[in-house]
Amino acid sequence: MHKIKEKKVLAEKTIMLKIVAPDIAKKAKPGNFIMLRIDEKGERIPLTIADHDLETITIIFLVVGRTTEDLSKLNKGDNILDIAGPLGNAIDIKKYGTIVFVAGGLGIAAIYPQLKALEKDNKIVSIIGARKKELLFLQDEIKEFSDKVIVCTDDGSYGKKGFVTDALKELINEEKIDRVITIGPPVMMRAVSEITKDKVKTVASINSIMVDGIGMCGSCRVRVNNEIKFACVDGPEFDAHGVDWDELLKRNSKYKEEEHECMCLKNIKA
Amino acid sequence: MHVFEKYKGVIKTMKFNEQKPKEQKSEERAHNFNEVCLGYTKEQAVEEAKRCLQCPVPMCEKGCPADISIKKFIKHIADEEFDLALKVILEKNSLPGVCGRVCPAEEQCKRSCISKPAININLLERFVADNSEKIIKNVKKIGKKIAVVGSGPAGLACSSDLALLGYEVVVFEALHKPGGVLIYGIPEFRLPKKIVMNEVGYIKKLGVDVKLNSVVGKLFSVDELLKEYDTVFIATGAGLPYFLGIDGENLNNVYSANEFLTRNNLMKSYKFPEYITPIKKAKKTIIIGGGNVAVDSARVAKRLGSDVTITYRRSRAEMPARDEEIKHAEEEGIKFKFLTNPIKIIGKDDVEAVECIRMKLGEPDESGRRRPIPIEGSEFKIKCGQVIVAIGQGPNPLIGKTINLNINEKKSIIIDKDYQTSIKNVFAGGDITSGSATVIKAISDGKKAAKIINKKLKGLK
Repeated sequence: MHKIKEKKVLAEKTIMLKIVAPDIAKKAKPGNFIMLRIDEKGERIPLTIADHDLETITIIFLVVGRTTEDLSKLNKGDNILDIAGPLGNAIDIKKYGTIVFVAGGLGIAAIYPQLKALEKDNKIVSIIGARKKELLFLQDEIKEFSDKVIVCTDDGSYGKKGFVTDALKELINEEKIDRVITIGPPVMMRAVSEITKDKVKTVASINSIMVDGIGMCGSCRVRVNNEIKFACVDGPEFDAHGVDWDELLKRNSKYKEEEHECMCLKNIKA
Repeated sequence: MHVFEKYKGVIKTMKFNEQKPKEQKSEERAHNFNEVCLGYTKEQAVEEAKRCLQCPVPMCEKGCPADISIKKFIKHIADEEFDLALKVILEKNSLPGVCGRVCPAEEQCKRSCISKPAININLLERFVADNSEKIIKNVKKIGKKIAVVGSGPAGLACSSDLALLGYEVVVFEALHKPGGVLIYGIPEFRLPKKIVMNEVGYIKKLGVDVKLNSVVGKLFSVDELLKEYDTVFIATGAGLPYFLGIDGENLNNVYSANEFLTRNNLMKSYKFPEYITPIKKAKKTIIIGGGNVAVDSARVAKRLGSDVTITYRRSRAEMPARDEEIKHAEEEGIKFKFLTNPIKIIGKDDVEAVECIRMKLGEPDESGRRRPIPIEGSEFKIKCGQVIVAIGQGPNPLIGKTINLNINEKKSIIIDKDYQTSIKNVFAGGDITSGSATVIKAISDGKKAAKIINKKLKGLK
């Protein structure tokens, strides 16, 4: 059992939970994630460890389906039944030069621990975006650890109007970039990898559907440079130019109907 | 032969008939997840036990990997001393309810039984496990600590034996429920999870501490465990699913058997949406493989409402699955296509068909089974909406990433005859060392390793 120590609504449908998990907190490194199960009937979902201290881990999630909806109903003092972690490979923290982070939506939470760790030896440019102003979050934190931040909204309600990829296209012509790290919706990451192809080494964090998160089932399998990889144990970061994005997009949408059924049932009960 | 001759006359004059347990009717059970075999009633168990000849040299015991005093416990059942029967079993095996259900008894104890038909030793074990109270032995602690990694059959067997010897045992389990393959792999209708939890409960009462959600290799390293514990026993099983490497294998609705079974067994997706882990259902399912895991997957898919066909590249005779399971599957209406090898999975987003090639059997290969050879030009397609790949599992790689243990070409941990790995005070057993075997082989490994660990820690030879 893990107690929720703090809860904050960061943006529309975007919630932060600080959860007591000292063993995991001690071992957490940038790039790691946890598998979480709320209660006995719950599913196991992966969530990036956005931050941690000696006692707690911080997760940030967007309410998109049944489990995140249930999770959003929990409050300070409530318990989460199961958390396993830290899982996945941590990122390599070293000197690359200029690193551009391109993050959309919830990806903003996932780049935060990474840029915080890489900031010391690298020049960090962060391009963060969301559909509209109300969906942006963690801006101050991202600013604190970036040399430059470009904020985009699809509707122009804040920052630059347009997609993060538009900003990246401009930047790539203006500046020498040594590494691009992109985290967000697969469609966005695919677009980023198309822009940087043959130009800049790009890594993407793959958020495929997982069950156990420890390499046992292959639900999260993704084709990278024509090899089958398990995102949970071989990733979550992969060479963005090698990822079979079309296949990933298809695989990520396979439980859409079931998700819908689950939500409908919940609404009827409510 | 000698013993058999001696008892021949007796066997002919036996007055008790073999007791057959009640089973759920095939047409009913193909639509539910309740247990197939309902086990013996008290009367049946006593009748069956009375059939035992109580041989002076019980051959059955030589066939038991757990070394159970079979003759003795059967005698207690015949005398209606069920608690004593269970006590006898528990001296050697802490998982009688599990073994009574999933042991391939026909290849072990029953095979050596001289009664014809053989006494249903497994069903008798199951009867006492289900119907008697397990008595907890109080053991004096000896002040030594053991870490066991993995709470599957090998880990549980090792930890309960060590606990009974006075060791303080902590089991680290990566998943949120203890039991390993007994929980995520073997389906409810063959091994109810209540039974597993009950036996784990008994092992906990022996003093074993089970830490869930504790991924060794991530949360703790083996090196860290060695600082706190006198010995580490690694029993992380064969949890890595193999894929065929054929086209279309990543299409939606192609599952590894591990994923399909984990969703249903561990996460209870067959109860979706009450339990919220989803599972895809299809009108027609093709299973690839011929082992117990393939048959389990087929029977789960059938219960989810699918029309199921198992394709196997060799013939019925070479199928590694237990006969009883194959028989049950056939009764439930599962079809088999032998000498059939899938070469391609076809579909756009979801699976639409599997392209197969017919095989013929050639000379025996290194496994002793006749090697399947493709018949050129015999390709054909089977339409289906779901494919489950059940061609075997390998050792889970996670632990190997953080510790430099010697492993073989199949990534299994190398051990010597004493279950000792290449690192001092680190032992290993079960499927992580042998590839993929049976529950009872893992239990036997766990028990033998416990014996050796005890000897080493006590400085005995």
